[in-house]
Amino acid sequence: MTLSQIDEEVAKLLQLKAQLGGDEGKHVFVLKTAKGTRDYNPKQMAIREKVFNIIISCFKRHGAETIDTPVFELKETLTGKYGEDSKLIYDLKDQGGELLSLRYDLTVPFARYLAMNKITNIKRYHIAKVYRRDNPAMTRGRYREFYQCDFDIAGQYDAMIPDAECLKIVYEILNELDLGDFHIKVNDRRILDGMFAVCGVPDEKFRTICSTVDKLDKMAWEDVKKEMVNEKGLSEDVADRIGEYVSMQGGQDLAERLLQDPKLSQNKQACAGLTDMKLLFSYLELFQVTDKTSSEKVRTTETQVLVASAQKNLLEERLKLTSELWNAGVKAEVLYKKNPKLLSQLQHCEETGIPLVAILGEQELKDGVVKLRNVASREEVRLISDQNH
Amino acid sequence: MNALGLVSMRLCAGLMGHRSVVNLPFLRFSSGMTLSQIDEEVAKLLQLKAQLGGDEGKHVFVLKTAKGTRDYNPKQMAIREKVFNIIISCFKRHGAETIDTPVFELKETLTGKYGEDSKLIYDLKDQGGELLSLRYDLTVPFARYLAMNKITNIKRYHIAKVYRRDNPAMTRGRYREFYQCDFDIAGQYDAMIPDAECLKIVYEILNELDLGDFHIKVNDRRILDGMFAVCGVPDEKFRTICSTVDKLDKMAWEDVKKEMVNEKGLSEDVADRIGEYVSMQGGQDLAERLLQDPKLSQNKQACAGLTDMKLLFSYLELFQVTDKVVFDLSLARGLDYYTGVIYEAILSQTIPAPAEQNGADEAGVSVGSVAGGGRYDGLVGMFDPKGRKVPCVGVSIGIERIFSIMEQKAETSSEKVRTTETQVLVASAQKNLLEERLKLTSELWNAGVKAEVLYKKNPKLLSQLQHCEETGIPLVAILGEQELKDGVVKLRNVASREEVDVPRADLVDEIKKRTL
Repeated sequence: MTLSQIDEEVAKLLQLKAQLGGDEGKHVFVLKTAKGTRDYNPKQMAIREKVFNIIISCFKRHGAETIDTPVFELKETLTGKYGEDSKLIYDLKDQGGELLSLRYDLTVPFARYLAMNKITNIKRYHIAKVYRRDNPAMTRGRYREFYQCDFDIAGQYDAMIPDAECLKIVYEILNELDLGDFHIKVNDRRILDGMFAVCGVPDEKFRTICSTVDKLDKMAWEDVKKEMVNEKGLSEDVADRIGEYVSMQGGQDLAERLLQDPKLSQNKQACAGLTDMKLLFSYLELFQVTDKTSSEKVRTTETQVLVASAQKNLLEERLKLTSELWNAGVKAEVLYKKNPKLLSQLQHCEETGIPLVAILGEQELKDGVVKLRNVASREEVRLISDQNH
Repeated sequence: MNALGLVSMRLCAGLMGHRSVVNLPFLRFSSGMTLSQIDEEVAKLLQLKAQLGGDEGKHVFVLKTAKGTRDYNPKQMAIREKVFNIIISCFKRHGAETIDTPVFELKETLTGKYGEDSKLIYDLKDQGGELLSLRYDLTVPFARYLAMNKITNIKRYHIAKVYRRDNPAMTRGRYREFYQCDFDIAGQYDAMIPDAECLKIVYEILNELDLGDFHIKVNDRRILDGMFAVCGVPDEKFRTICSTVDKLDKMAWEDVKKEMVNEKGLSEDVADRIGEYVSMQGGQDLAERLLQDPKLSQNKQACAGLTDMKLLFSYLELFQVTDKVVFDLSLARGLDYYTGVIYEAILSQTIPAPAEQNGADEAGVSVGSVAGGGRYDGLVGMFDPKGRKVPCVGVSIGIERIFSIMEQKAETSSEKVRTTETQVLVASAQKNLLEERLKLTSELWNAGVKAEVLYKKNPKLLSQLQHCEETGIPLVAILGEQELKDGVVKLRNVASREEVDVPRADLVDEIKKRTL
């Protein structure tokens, strides 16, 4: 038994014990989230909100709508779509009704939505969590509940324009997120298949050779070639021919060159793919994408001012002022204490990043002013009460 | 192995008398199968058929969402976004943070918290790992989060979907997956200030959502219990009498009294005494009066509740919300975990909605109710291994109810709900200008303008204008050979058809000015 298997058995036994204990007695809880899932604390949520805002503004800038679908689908809707991965789907218990499963991605629900509503054209984004019951022994550290953020254009249109817009969107998002340098690789399934054909790969091996070629981003060519020859049964000649093509990279010029290639130009699929690739690059040029901080304290609230007081018995005045600020749309807080010390009020500002503190005092109230202090610089000004905002 | 194994498992299940598809032939259809039961059996048979068909052949799908769930189309999402923005701005204005929790919890975390409602929890299948269930509300996950992270103070909001396997026969039309929108203040503070802020927040939200007139009823669990005690209700009947009193928002007093006497075994005298109290409504003055009441003033719990009620109202005055808040002795609210103040916000206008959904607690919520909550000081302590108490007060906004009201308003209103925010369509009347259109669109995107272009090399001007009208795009930037030579773009207002030639360099500013 592995350590994690023991943990699971213990958890099950504790659950059973708790249930046997009935609802009266106090349960001894295993205080944790389910394996592979996690809470998002306020700091993580603040970061998440920033990222979503950037991404969603970009989608909206491109005229996309959004939809939402239920977290579970009829099991049958998901069955048969994911091949080998089907065993990673979370099923709901059969409780006497329909058989249900948690969605595995957002693409199948999207297809179901289009078919169900007989929609032929839509540009939509969908940001939501999906669920995969990854085997912990093999993929430790991977979450089982995680966000997917999909953008899709459905419909019959003139070739490559929507495809180009998708790339423009990825480019805009990665730029705005300021993650550093990046590049986007493009290829085409028809070019790949055409390439395999002219290299001499038997039809029935296309998909499996494809997944081996896919490993080139992680493995060196020698190892990829070894897998093709030793595990997938290709001859060395065929593998070498593939090797010549897959080492090629370029822009619109590469597509042009390959259209002149004596072997590839004879393959109909490859030609179609290469022609479209040229077209794509021409649009990408028009879209200007053919080329590729200061560690700010992450705040979890957006409060602009804390209403405070150095003296006692000013709770009423603090509450009144806070209410006026809220009514005027100002993001304000007040400590839930009748007579808090000024130091704790200032500390609260520093801990949570509130930039301003409005300090009330007997003298100031008589004079009809409020002391507005900048928390960071400690500069203070006396402001006439009704101009406080 | 799969197909065959599956069939034999199904057959065995049938032989063991397990409710399964195989039993169907032996059921007499006249023996009370409802239409929805027939639908379910048909769906199961189709699923079985699909599985037997294997992965190769094309499945005949039942194209539907699970019972009790629905997709949100773009119009509904646009309304939803508006509502969330208003609510979230209010929470942020009050300095709240937000958290998120997983959609499922360990089954054990949810077990034992919901009483009778436990049978409505969705379980996940035992697939050899931990036993899991879909969250039933956001309050128990919150308590688990606090205990797990040993947090003693937090002001947090959480907007997310929850799952309840409501029995369709009894509550047809109710969704099984629906949004809850919770705001809670956890921590030991000076009395009633956070409680008052919760009410201020409900007030602000309902005002800004513009749903018409509303009022907020408040009461206190200690006042209720004290009231029952002085009326002569036996201790062990407190909770059950409480849920009967709760029905006063739907039933007349006579019927409520009947239930108390005939079903719950109270004497008529006791019921009458309760009747006198629960008809009382008022403000701070009522709390004062009741503190003078000869019977109630002798009850310690009632006194504590009434003193706090006075304090609450004094803060509500400072927060300027007393015009809509009523101290109402008939407010009971179902959930067991409330320990102090309780409240419920009710819209004055009840717009009848066909598929009425209540996002707030199930127990005893009336038809016009859009928010509810109260103080619950004992819940987190149930989770903490050392039983450490973290007092909490909060409110749950009935967001599904609000969505359906806003959706109805949108349907009857002449204003169209836009599903995109596009400001301008880049178009052309002439052929062979795709490149120019794409170039200009890209410039607009780079400048942060929300722009679209049709995915057609040579679209007709009419279809481009129609696209604007259908989706509500207010402006169209028209390119033409002459304009390109002159370095201008024709900017047309779609609604008024007014056109003006704008120099290319000024186009972005002009668009931004007009679409503020």
